[in-house]
Amino acid sequence: MTAPARIRSQPPGGAAGPAPERPSAAPVLRPGWGYASVTDKIAGLVLSRPVRWPWLTAFLATLAGTLVYLGAISYLFVKGIGIWGVNIPVAWGLAITNFVWWIGIGHAGTFISAILLLLRQKWRTSINRFAEAMTLFAAGMAGLFPILHLGRPWFAYWLMPYPDRMDLWPQWRSPLVWDVFAISTYLIVSALFWYLGLLPDLATMRDRARSRAKRVTYGLLALGWRGEARHWKRHETGYLLLAGLATPLVVSVHSVVAMDFAIGNTPGYHSTIFPPYFVAGALFSGFAMVLTLAIPLRRAFDLQDFITEVHLDHAAKVLLATGSLLAYGYLMENFMAFFGGDRYEISMTLDRLTGFYAPVYWTMIVLNVLAPQVLWWRAARRNALLLFALSIVINVGMWMERFMIVVQSTSHDFMPSAWGLFVPTRWDWIILFGSISMFAWLFLLFIRLLPTISISEMRELVKEESQ
Amino acid sequence: MSDHRWAWMAEYETAEALVAAAQAAHDAGYRHAEAYAPYPVEGLAEAVGFEHSRIPALVLIGGIVGGAIGYLLQWYAAVHSYPEDIGGRPLHSWPMFIPVTFEMTVLVAALTAFLAVLLGNGLPRLAHPIFDAPDFDLASRNRFFLCLRTDDPAFDEAGAIALLEASAPLRVAEVAR
Repeated sequence: MTAPARIRSQPPGGAAGPAPERPSAAPVLRPGWGYASVTDKIAGLVLSRPVRWPWLTAFLATLAGTLVYLGAISYLFVKGIGIWGVNIPVAWGLAITNFVWWIGIGHAGTFISAILLLLRQKWRTSINRFAEAMTLFAAGMAGLFPILHLGRPWFAYWLMPYPDRMDLWPQWRSPLVWDVFAISTYLIVSALFWYLGLLPDLATMRDRARSRAKRVTYGLLALGWRGEARHWKRHETGYLLLAGLATPLVVSVHSVVAMDFAIGNTPGYHSTIFPPYFVAGALFSGFAMVLTLAIPLRRAFDLQDFITEVHLDHAAKVLLATGSLLAYGYLMENFMAFFGGDRYEISMTLDRLTGFYAPVYWTMIVLNVLAPQVLWWRAARRNALLLFALSIVINVGMWMERFMIVVQSTSHDFMPSAWGLFVPTRWDWIILFGSISMFAWLFLLFIRLLPTISISEMRELVKEESQ
Repeated sequence: MSDHRWAWMAEYETAEALVAAAQAAHDAGYRHAEAYAPYPVEGLAEAVGFEHSRIPALVLIGGIVGGAIGYLLQWYAAVHSYPEDIGGRPLHSWPMFIPVTFEMTVLVAALTAFLAVLLGNGLPRLAHPIFDAPDFDLASRNRFFLCLRTDDPAFDEAGAIALLEASAPLRVAEVAR
């Protein structure tokens, strides 16, 4: 493999060459790359790069975490949800918090792949593949939690409509049933979109692989893709249509999740701002997770030429925009409580600001609203280390927001006699960190087994950049 | 004579050369010429004579069918099979049926789009004569190929070779069946 000459970490307007007039017009692919070198570089990450100790350590650690997670789930199934801190009034504890958090993270992938594709944003090309993988894994983690949360998880299939001998049907007026449809549709459509985009790359892997086992495996997965002109045309049309279908789907999924809350009459849940506020929060946490994964990935795999400062900058701008929407949501929630004059809403809001869970609320404000303000500065948006730290901060902040909404609202509803606190138990935490481990484990597997960047789209980008 | 042969193939270094050659083949009457590229080359499908695909229409139909199934399922369950009076609300409370109808529309439309791409392309098809052609593993890297099939009504051996040779290829080779 011939590595092309490349210039690393060139500061905008730096010493090399004339200063660009508008640094924001910097390339989304650094110059010097051709079809062959792009293909060999990305395929080589999977096919010829030896396994090194950082990956192996992370893999084994997250594998251990995954096993603990599976063990904890088994224990949960044996003992029941009494091992968690949930009770009345707080019947929705960490399981639902985690569910909402994970499904929110799972939004950025499809947003990047679908909406940015329709908007012809070239910078999506080098981050869409792994963002989609992230979406699939995060949505998978999310989908598990409502089932774990069921008192009798072995009856989970009762949520699906089918003609049964009990003559029962799901309650169609319930957002919880909408949720079943929204999440399963989202999982299936994201998987189809991901696989369709992956097909040409699987063919590339088949053609590059040296060992017979790899050739056969990738060959079977590629379904015999051979890149004929008519095939590409149908592929393009189908991919674009899937993007068009996925676009309203992304918005609908978290809106439906928000309606799980908004349709209930609990103070703190019953609010019309919830669907857009949840979608903004979802994109915010999703883009934070994209950065959490992209920054170590580009460093470990030497992908600075493909995932450039421009990508970090754009992702940071999306964080800033969605973070501002979210801050507006926080503000309006509190404003409407007092403006509406409903005594229960006011009481719940005061408890949120000053009660037992107030430290969570104020930490959340610091992490989600104040911290991202550094992104107004370009230098901050292009500083990988700072962005990585900030993305972790936002992930934690968003988890706190979900916790706040799910737990604090129900802990302080109408009657003072019905108030009560929820404190997570050891098992609550084990299951949360277990799911994070499993997510990381799946992602580590993905980066070693499949091309992390869409090779065929990068070839197209090479072509466009050369024109 | 051409029984053992599937096609004559030319290999190119650039997308432009392939598009020009494909256009020349189409102009010479070839309707089944196949062009292979490592990425979707603009204008290539048109050059080999691919007019339009039926995928958008199929996806529309899929979406309508999915939406109809979703809505009718809820209507049948809530109005006929399992009527339930909840606070005097109408059994056929259509606004509450919209989310599931929407999800079903997207689901069936997306499945249709996915299957239409695969089946329209004749995939999965793991074995194909072109895979044995020299250099064809580069079709997924940086090379471009044009195939004139022997079963094309316009095919004649000498003419095909002449046409391919005239298009400034890197090489011209035969592809066994």
